[in-house]
Amino acid sequence: MNLNVKNEEKETLVSLAGRMDAVSSPEFEKELGRLIDEGNVNFVIDLTELDYISSAGLRSVLVTAKKLKGKNGQILLASLQAVVKEVFEISGFSTIIPIYESVEEAMAAL
Amino acid sequence: MKSLKLAALIENLNRFVSFVHTCSEECGFEGKRLMEIELAVEEAMVNIFNYAYPEGEGQVEMQCALKEGKKFVIEIHDKGIPFDTLSRSDPNTTSDIGDREIGGLGIYFIKKVADEVRYSRKDDMNILTVVFLV
Repeated sequence: MNLNVKNEEKETLVSLAGRMDAVSSPEFEKELGRLIDEGNVNFVIDLTELDYISSAGLRSVLVTAKKLKGKNGQILLASLQAVVKEVFEISGFSTIIPIYESVEEAMAAL
Repeated sequence: MKSLKLAALIENLNRFVSFVHTCSEECGFEGKRLMEIELAVEEAMVNIFNYAYPEGEGQVEMQCALKEGKKFVIEIHDKGIPFDTLSRSDPNTTSDIGDREIGGLGIYFIKKVADEVRYSRKDDMNILTVVFLV
């Protein structure tokens, strides 16, 4: 999994590429934890290039969302593809974590 | 039939996923369906890595075969503690973010994406059979 961080005016844009599985998702959790500790609380996660996610990946997203809830921050997901979209739907996560069709829409919603 | 037998350790996850990827590709699966097969396999294997051998190490074997020309059958064998993954109730997928838990979600995914899932215990072995129709 590749993780790229870009600081925008209002939010932190994190782009993920590749696979978010039981091996790679702790990396996401750790990196986002570090960014939160540095004071970032509004995140847009660009999933355009993410090909795959498992329950371990969802766990990392949930842990991050819970951390942010305590800081009045938020995590918005954008541009989910194929199986990634399906995993969010069948888990019911699409009802607790805001999902947007595009990064632009997510940024406008913050 | 093809098979791969390795230690039940998270370090081997990628090898099992690559193995099933190659087998399912040979049976004609591609795109989203191929990813669903990988998802089912990851969830089943991670469960075994985490719970099958609480006191030490053990092995896990994965077998893939195309049966009756239309069934891609994945069998996962371990000699760990008896564990009927399918007996767990489905997780609550509607609760609020604060109450949301991940436990049980992996098994739920397997049931959702596969066409058939079976568990049996034979000769001190857990056998999980996951079927995808070609």
